[in-house]
Amino acid sequence: MTDTTAMSAKELLGFYQEELYEEARQAKKEGKLVCWSASVAPSEFCVAMDVAMIYPETHAAGIGARKGALDVLEVADEKGYNVDTCSYARVNLGYMELLKQEALTGITPEKLEKSPAARIPLPDFVITCNNICNTLLKWYENLAVELNIPCIIIDVPFNHTMPIPQYAKDYIAEQFKEAITQLEEICGKKFDYDKFLKVQEQTQRSVAQWNRIAALSSHKPSPLNGFDLFNYMALIVCARSKDYAEITFKKFADELEENLNKGIFAFKGNEQKRVTWEGIAVWPHLGHTFKGLKNLGNIMTGSAYPGLWNVSYTPGDMSSMAEAYTRIYINTCLDNKVKVLSDVISGGKCDGVIYHQNRSCKLMSFLNVETADILQKENGLPYVSFDGDQTDPRNFSPAQFDTRIQALDEMMKQNKEGVSNE
Amino acid sequence: MSRIETIISELSSISNNPRKAMEDYKKETGKGSVGVMPYYAPEEIIHAAGFLPVGIWGGQKSISKARAYLPPFACSIMQSVMEMQLEGVYDDLEAVLFPVPCDTLKCLSQKWKGTSPVIVFTHPQNRKLEAANKFLAEEYRLVREKLETILNVKITDEALNQSIETYNENRKVMREFTDLAANYPQIIDPKKRHAIIKARFFMEKSKHTAMVKELNSELKSLPVEAFTGKKVVLTGIMAEPNEVLDILKDNGFAVVADDLAQESRLFRNDVPSGTDPLYRLAKWWQEFDGCSLATDAKKSRGPMMMDMVKGSKADAVVVCMMKFCDPEEFDYPIYYRQFEEAGIKSLFIEIDLETTSFEQTKTRVQSFSEML
Repeated sequence: MTDTTAMSAKELLGFYQEELYEEARQAKKEGKLVCWSASVAPSEFCVAMDVAMIYPETHAAGIGARKGALDVLEVADEKGYNVDTCSYARVNLGYMELLKQEALTGITPEKLEKSPAARIPLPDFVITCNNICNTLLKWYENLAVELNIPCIIIDVPFNHTMPIPQYAKDYIAEQFKEAITQLEEICGKKFDYDKFLKVQEQTQRSVAQWNRIAALSSHKPSPLNGFDLFNYMALIVCARSKDYAEITFKKFADELEENLNKGIFAFKGNEQKRVTWEGIAVWPHLGHTFKGLKNLGNIMTGSAYPGLWNVSYTPGDMSSMAEAYTRIYINTCLDNKVKVLSDVISGGKCDGVIYHQNRSCKLMSFLNVETADILQKENGLPYVSFDGDQTDPRNFSPAQFDTRIQALDEMMKQNKEGVSNE
Repeated sequence: MSRIETIISELSSISNNPRKAMEDYKKETGKGSVGVMPYYAPEEIIHAAGFLPVGIWGGQKSISKARAYLPPFACSIMQSVMEMQLEGVYDDLEAVLFPVPCDTLKCLSQKWKGTSPVIVFTHPQNRKLEAANKFLAEEYRLVREKLETILNVKITDEALNQSIETYNENRKVMREFTDLAANYPQIIDPKKRHAIIKARFFMEKSKHTAMVKELNSELKSLPVEAFTGKKVVLTGIMAEPNEVLDILKDNGFAVVADDLAQESRLFRNDVPSGTDPLYRLAKWWQEFDGCSLATDAKKSRGPMMMDMVKGSKADAVVVCMMKFCDPEEFDYPIYYRQFEEAGIKSLFIEIDLETTSFEQTKTRVQSFSEML
C-alpha cells in the first residue's frame, strides 16, 4: 500500500482519483461487480455492498478538460444523439459505445485508444437519481437498455413547494428499500446493514470536511479559489462514502487554514473583486475562464454547485437521508433556489455574479433570468451571463466570455467606488 | 354537407378557436375554464369541479417577447407557450394545472408570466412501485384542495369518479375512432384526424364523446375503399403546425395510428377501476408506458411502436421531433436502432412551431415517399 501520510492535498486528490479507477478496473478483472452512478445518486448502498463505482459525469468532465470530448461526441452523433442534448451524456454514451464495440470485437477502437481520460470498465448495472436533472433518467435508461443491465432508480420528485413534505420523503425512503432489494439480487448476497451504517457515517465525515473547505471562501481575502473546488469535486462525487474523500478534504482544509494563519491567500497579489459563479464549469475551457477572471483581479468565492454534495443527514434515519438527497437547490422551487444562491453570494462576500447559460443543462439555465433579477433587486450586485457548455467545446466563445466578464468587472468597480464614496 | 362533413367541420372549428369554446362554455354553464399544461395532468379533477379544462399546447407563431426569458435552446412548444403568456392569451383562465415531467417544465412552472394562479404537481418517475401511487395520489389531493379554494367549489369523490367514467368513455370512443380512421383515409385525412382529436382539449368531454361516437357510426356505415397511398404511424410530442399534416396528405400518406403525446398517448389507457378516485388517477400513470416523459428502464416504447406498426399494417413511422425536446431526443437513438434491426422504415422531421417555411419537410417527405 502506498504511504499517503506525507502527500499534499493536491497529491492526494490525484492519487485517490487514479486509485478509484484502478479499483474499478481491478474489480472487473476479478469478475467483481462494477456500477456506473449518477453524480448525486446515493452512493451508500453500493459502497456498503463492495461494488466498484464509476461516475460518468466526472469521467466526461475529465475527458472534456483533457480536450478529448470531440472524438466521443462524434460517436454519439453517429448513434443519433442530437447535439442539443447534454454533453456529459453524449460523451459518456459515445464512450460506452466504444467500450461496447471493444467488448464485442476484441479490438480497441482507435478513438478509445487515444482517449486522454482514464480507461473505465463497462458496468454490470447502473444507479441513477434525478435530484440534479431528469436527463439522468433518460441517459441511464439508455445505458441500461444498450448494455442490457439492471438500472436502479432513485426518483426524488421536484420540490415545487418547500419545505419538503413527509410524503415525498416516505416515497424516497421506500425506494431506498427497493434499491436494497435490487442490490441483494444483483450482488447475490444479503445487504449488510451494519456496514451500511458505517458507510453513512463515513459519508457524513467526508461531507463535513467538504463543507469545511467551502466555508473558507468567506474569509476576505480568501485562502481558497472556488475553481479549486471544481477540481476537488471529483472526490466528493466519486469517494464521499469512502475515507479517500475525508482524508483529502481534511488535508486541504488544514492546508488552507494554515495558509490563512500565515497570511497566504489564493489570489497571488491582491484580490480586488469577488464573484459568484452560478452553474457548472466550462471544462474544456476551464483555464480560459479561470485566467480571464484572474487577469481582471477577480477571484471566485461563491458557487452553489459544490453545495449539491452537501448531503448532511442523520445516519440510520432513512427519512433524513431521503431529505438530504432531494433538497438540492436545483430540485426546488424558485424561491428556495434564490435563497440558497443568496446565501452563497453573501457567504462568499461577492461583488458580482456570473451566470453560465449552459447549452447542456436546461435545468441550470432556464431560471437564470428570474434568479438574477430577484437577486439583483435584493442585493444590488451586478451580474452577467455568458453562453457556454460543460463539455462540448463548440458551444463556448472565449471572446464573448471575455467581453461579458469585462463588463461585469466595470460594473463591480463602479459599485465599489460608489460604496466607498458614500 | 353530409353528416360526417358537418361533424368534422364543427370539431375543426372548435380545435381552431379555443377562445370561442371557452366563451360558449361560460355562456352555457356560467363557469370558467382551467388551463392544463402538458403532459398528463389529471384534468378529470377540473371536470368534476364543473369547469372546462383547456389544453395549453402553444401555437404557430413567431417568438419575440419570450426571447427575454428563455434561451433559444428551450423546446419549441414552451417558447410559444411563453410568448402567449406574455401576450396575456391565458389570462382568462381561472387557474393553470402544471405538471413537471421534464427539466424544462420544472423551470417553466416557476416562471408563469400570465395572471392566473398556477398549481404545480410532480409525477413520480419510479413508477412501478406502490409508493409512487401513494405519492401521486397525495399530490393530486393537494391539486384538488387548491382547485377547490381557487374555484370555490367542493370536488367530491363521487363527482370525481363520475368524471373518470366520462373520460374513460371518451378514451374508448377515441380509440375506436383512430382505428376507424385508419380504414377511411379518403375521408379522414391527417389534418382532419388531428382536428377531431385536438377538439378534446377544448370541449366538455361528454359532448366530444357524443360527436365522435356519431362520427364513428357514420364512418362504419360506409364501405371501406382500397387505399393506394402509404400508411404511417406518427410518433413524438405533436404533429403541428397543420402544414406538416398537409404535406403528408399531399404526398399520399395516411396516418393509421399515432404515438403522440398530444393524441393517442392520452387515451390509449383507461383510468383503472377502484373506489378512491385520486388513487385511480395515480394508478393510470403507473400503468402508462411508451412515453419519453414516463421513465421506463426497459424502454418499451420501441417495441410498442413496432407492435403499432404491425397492428395498423403501416408502411413506416414518421418521427415528429419537437425541436429541443431532450426527453424525446434521448429516446430516438434507441428506437431508431430497434427499427433498423426490425427492418421498419422511419422518417425524421423536425417540429418547430415558429417555422413558416416548410420546404425542407416537403423535400424530406417527398423523397421518403419515393423510397417506400
